[in-house]
Parts: sequence; C-alpha cells; structure tokens
Amino acid sequence: MTVMEQRGAYRPTPPPAWQPRTDPAPLLPDERPYRVLGTEAAAKADPELLRRLYAQLVRGRRYNAQATTLTKQGRLAVYPSSTGQEACQVAAALVLQERDWLFPSYRDTLAAVARGVDPVEALTLLRGDWHTGYDPYTHRVAPLCTPLATQLPHAVGLAHAARLRGDDVVALAMVGDGGTSEGDFHEAMNFAAVWQAPVVFFVQNNGFAISVPLAKQTAAPSLAHKAVGYGMPGRLVDGNDAAAVHEVLAEAVRHARAGGGPTLVEAVTYRIEAHTNADDATRYRGDAEVEAWRDHDPILLLERELTERGLLDEDGIRAAREDAETLAGDLRARMNQDPVLDPMDLFAHVYDRPTTQLLEQENQLRAELDAEADGPEGAGR
Amino acid sequence: MTTVALKPATMAQALTRALRDAMAADPSVHVMGEDVGTLGGVFRVTDGLAKEFGDDRCTDTPLAEAGILGTAVGMAMYGLRPVVEMQFDAFAYPAFEQLVSHVARMRNRTRGAMPLPLTIRVPYGGGIGGVEHHSDSSEAYYMATPGLHVVMPATVADAYGLLRAAIASDDPVVFLEPKRLYWSKDSWNPDEPETVEPIGRAVVRRPGRSATLITYGPSVPVCLEAAEAARAEGWDLEVVDLRSLVPFDDETVTASVRRTGRAVVVHESNGFGGPGGEIAARVTERCFHYLEAPVLRVAGFDIPYPPPMLERHHLPGVDRILDAVGRLQWEAES
Repeated sequence: MTVMEQRGAYRPTPPPAWQPRTDPAPLLPDERPYRVLGTEAAAKADPELLRRLYAQLVRGRRYNAQATTLTKQGRLAVYPSSTGQEACQVAAALVLQERDWLFPSYRDTLAAVARGVDPVEALTLLRGDWHTGYDPYTHRVAPLCTPLATQLPHAVGLAHAARLRGDDVVALAMVGDGGTSEGDFHEAMNFAAVWQAPVVFFVQNNGFAISVPLAKQTAAPSLAHKAVGYGMPGRLVDGNDAAAVHEVLAEAVRHARAGGGPTLVEAVTYRIEAHTNADDATRYRGDAEVEAWRDHDPILLLERELTERGLLDEDGIRAAREDAETLAGDLRARMNQDPVLDPMDLFAHVYDRPTTQLLEQENQLRAELDAEADGPEGAGR
Repeated sequence: MTTVALKPATMAQALTRALRDAMAADPSVHVMGEDVGTLGGVFRVTDGLAKEFGDDRCTDTPLAEAGILGTAVGMAMYGLRPVVEMQFDAFAYPAFEQLVSHVARMRNRTRGAMPLPLTIRVPYGGGIGGVEHHSDSSEAYYMATPGLHVVMPATVADAYGLLRAAIASDDPVVFLEPKRLYWSKDSWNPDEPETVEPIGRAVVRRPGRSATLITYGPSVPVCLEAAEAARAEGWDLEVVDLRSLVPFDDETVTASVRRTGRAVVVHESNGFGGPGGEIAARVTERCFHYLEAPVLRVAGFDIPYPPPMLERHHLPGVDRILDAVGRLQWEAES
C-alpha cells in the first residue's frame, strides 16, 4: 500500500482520554511560610510542648556554641554549626516516636543529640576518631551523612522495608537547600511517592550552600513546590518558629503513619554562623542580612510567646540556661580527654571477616607500632 | 507455593534458580530493579519470581539506579537482604556514589553495627553484539573500592553456588554476570545444586604443567579453549578461575604459578589500570624466584568499548592468548 492510499484509508480516532494522575491543588504549599508564634494559632499550642521546645532550644544553642569553641581549641576537626536553626533541629527530634528513624545530615548533630544520642558520641565524626560514634540502632538515628542528599533514599528504603514488614515506623530525613539540587534528592522523592513510603523529607532552607545563595540553586517558586511534581504534598513553614515547625512536621509524620505517604516540608531559616569554622562568610554575605535574621531568633520568638502568656518566668529561663550549662560543661570535660584510639580498628570492620590481604596489612601495621614502641634503641642497628 | 521442578541448563536458569531458592529459604530476601517484575528482567534472570513471591518481594522500581541502590541500602539497614539488579554494566554508573560512599563503607563507618547484606547483580562484559553502553567490563572500578566483594561466575554450577553465597553473605557483593555466558550450558544436577562457601576461593579449571592462565568470568571458556589448542604446540596449560577478585585467592594462584613457573593473566577489561596489573604484581611478589618469564597480560585494549562490529578485535581470543604464551621465554628450556 502506498502512503497516499494509506492516507485515504486512514480513519483517525481520538487518543485514549487523558487525565491528571493526581489533583495538584491539595499538594501545593501555602503562599507564605506557616507561623504559629505571635499569631492566633499560638493559643492552641500545647503549653507543655512549648516549654519542652524552649528548654531544648536553649540547650541546643549552648551545644552549638560549645562545639564551635572546641574547634578553636583543636578538640574538634570541624563543626558545621546549626546556630539559628535550632527550632528545626529540635522539632525534628521531638516529633518522632521512639520506634521511628531519623536520618541526619552533617549539620544535624543537634537533632541527633535532641533525640537521645550521647553528646560526645554524636561528635565522633567531627572529632575524627572514627566516622560514627554511636550505634545507629540504639536511638534509631542513621549515621550523620556527609555526601549531600544521599541519606534520603536510605530513609525511603528503610521506611518501605518497615511497611513491608507491617511495622509502624516513620523515617524523617533531613537535608539542606543545596542538597535539593542533587540527583539523590529527586530519586528519593520519586521512589517515596511511588511506594507511598512513610517518610518525611525535611529541608532546612538556611539560605546558603556554603557560599551559594538559593537564587543560584533553584528557579522553583519554593523548595516545597518541588513536592507537587512527585505527587506528594509540600509544606512551607517558618523554620525559626519552633511551634510551627513542630506542628507541620508532626502532621506530616501522622500523615505518613496513617498510610498517606511522604510529605516534603521546607523550613525557611538562616545559617547564622559560617558554613563551618573553616569558612569565611564575610566573603559572600553582609552583616545587615545576618542581623535581620538575628532579630528573628528562634529562642527569642518562643521566649516572648511563653513569657507573654505567663508560661515562663525568670526562674524558668534561668533553669533552662543552667541545664544548658550543665550540658556544655559535660561536653567540655569529656571532649578535653583524648579519645582512645586502636589502630587495629582500621582493619576490623571492613568486612565481616578480614581478607587474607587485610590480615597481612594488619600484621604489618602491628609490627610498625611495635617498632615505634621500642623506641630508638629498639630501632637501632 | 507450588514447586515446579526446574531443569536449569543455562547459566541464566541457574541464576534464576538461585534467586528463587534464596527467596524461598529466607523471607528477608527481596529482588528489585528495572523490569525485574512482570517482564522477568531483560535477560529473564528474574523470570517468574514476581509471580511466585509477589510484587513486594520482586519489585519493578522506577528507572533510577542511584535510587534503586540507595533505597536498597535503607532496606538492608532495616534487616532485609536486597538483591538489586542493574540492567547493564554501563547503566550501573549512576549508582556509583551510593556504592562507594555508603554500600562499601557502612559496616566500617559504624564499627560493625550496621552491616549491609546486599547483592548487586550486574550483567557485564562484551561479546553479545551490544551497542554502546551494553558491554563494559567495570570490575576494576569495583575491586578498587575496599568494603565490596567482587564475584564473577564462569560456569553454570558456580552461577548458582556463588549467587547463593553472595546473597547469604553479610557483606555487600557486586555480582558480575558474564552476559555472553547467560546461554552457555553445562551438565549440572539441578536437584542438588551446591553453594560455594566461602566466597574467595579460586579453582583450577584445568590442571597443567607448562604455564598458568589466570582468568575469570567470560574469559574462562576462552582460556580453556586456548589450553586445548595449546596442546598442539606442546604446552600443557593450567587454567585458574579466580571466581572473585575480592577476596583475592593469593594461595591458589601462587601455588599454581610456583608449580608452572609461567603466568598469563587474561581478562576483557582494559589492560591499563585493569585487574591484570594487580594480579601480575601479586604473582611477581610471591613467585619471583619461581618465574621463568615475566607475567604477561592479555586484556582488552585501552579504548572505550568498541562498537559491536569491531568488538572481536578488542576481546581477548584464543590466538592472542597463545601469542602471549609463546612469549613466555621457552627458549631457555631448550
């Protein structure tokens, strides 16, 4: 049959009806970051929860300050501070049940500590005596993850596995604004939505990926909007409003627990300190911007709410600060002790059973250490 | 569960049988990857698994290798034993960051608290007329990453035995399946399939006295063919099938080369920076005083994998192997 003949015989039929697979409207985030403190919604907040959040924020700020001091004293190799982001850190830990899992990034030491990880063990990675200082299964906190966004698919897989086993477990995975540009962010969001995995993706948008501002990171209306493309709800929240962050995350956790699938939460916050102690933030941002954010401080916001409502007085503030000082003092004292190192650990955990090659290398190092211990006399020939 | 008496005859069927037996024996074994469910995989290695065990045990994932491996890490963290399929060697590269930064390190990172018992199956190697990105030998990348085991079967029986061992291992295993051997047939008793324990033992496929061919995966049958052809030249070649690059069986290799005094390493992977360099160095270090000639390598050229119509020039063949054997300084003996 020629093309002309074919054309003559061809009877076009309409394609199968097309419909959107999900109604995008309910997935869209609010136009502005959701706030509780200083709004009418604050009256509905549980006073006990607000007091708990406050105590944890004060502890958190002091922990950050102490850890930063330890870098200056050479006790920590590096510390990426979450000063200014304490509301996000604390709320992420407090919304989870004991059986749930937290997947922190390298800036989320505080969230791990707020969840119960030992304050010194949480710093092992940054002190440099090992890569992770705590058993992830004790508090169900995955190792602090350094490669950006790569922990997100882990959270999805774990939550998916728990659901397959019929366990009531939610995974909350933390990532920064820079991390949302990584491929693993995209793949994790997509897998989670397709599998309807009980995961909460928690983006702390602190304005900078080291030096690069959000405007150079994305053209999306907001990071929360990215959720819509995956078919999951996106929520936008004021990241310095501890009550709001807690409420939004708690709702997302409930949604996941009830079988509703994942949620992407973007908390708008600000990194008050430089990226780490090794960074110089004056090269890429001005004091005025930082000062403006200092005025929108998570601790002050909550303190004002609590004192205005008579839920916190001077004694309460003093007690919170004393508690934080105790934490800092304990951290100082323990971090000032040299860690106990065993070089043989280098070979012990590479495989379930060391290979013959690793055993040979272990023997080599042991011989070197023995020679070192014998000193110059032993080495003399 | 209905027990269908399979009669595996090809490597692909033995692999399917291994997956099926592992899934039946251990409910924590989960197969996942692209097209592994309804279709049964592009090579049909997962054929029938979704039907027998359900979609939750044999899962068609979104098309994203980093996501597949990354979520498998999370599943392994929770106590499952994922078996991941990467559709083709060169399609596994997007998963590299998860593999190198997490899969290989999680046990070490956590001082043994969080081992990752997962198997990454990768159809690999050339010789099937595949267009670009379908024929890579990527084992050198994997063996250069501490924390991974790298396993390559060469026979039907080993395909079953090694895959069962890989799935049972508490360490992550990169399991490289030679594509062009998928349809190779072996006499094998499917009623009593044997596992291979532990991973890390090489095997002498053909004993010989003149020289040792050290090889693995798709090059094993080529070396056996070369050894047969070499008889005409008066050479009695030993063929050692490594079966795994990590762990590396120095003992078997060293014993063989000390006996024969000559060695050629054969693989498809590029020669420069390929496994052969490491193997030749290890052999030289251990067998220097037994060697009659330098250890030679017969490998793929140092080129991006060629288009299918030219691949026969790239792949180590019988003639190239025999040429190398001929250069092992036999003059000294006469």
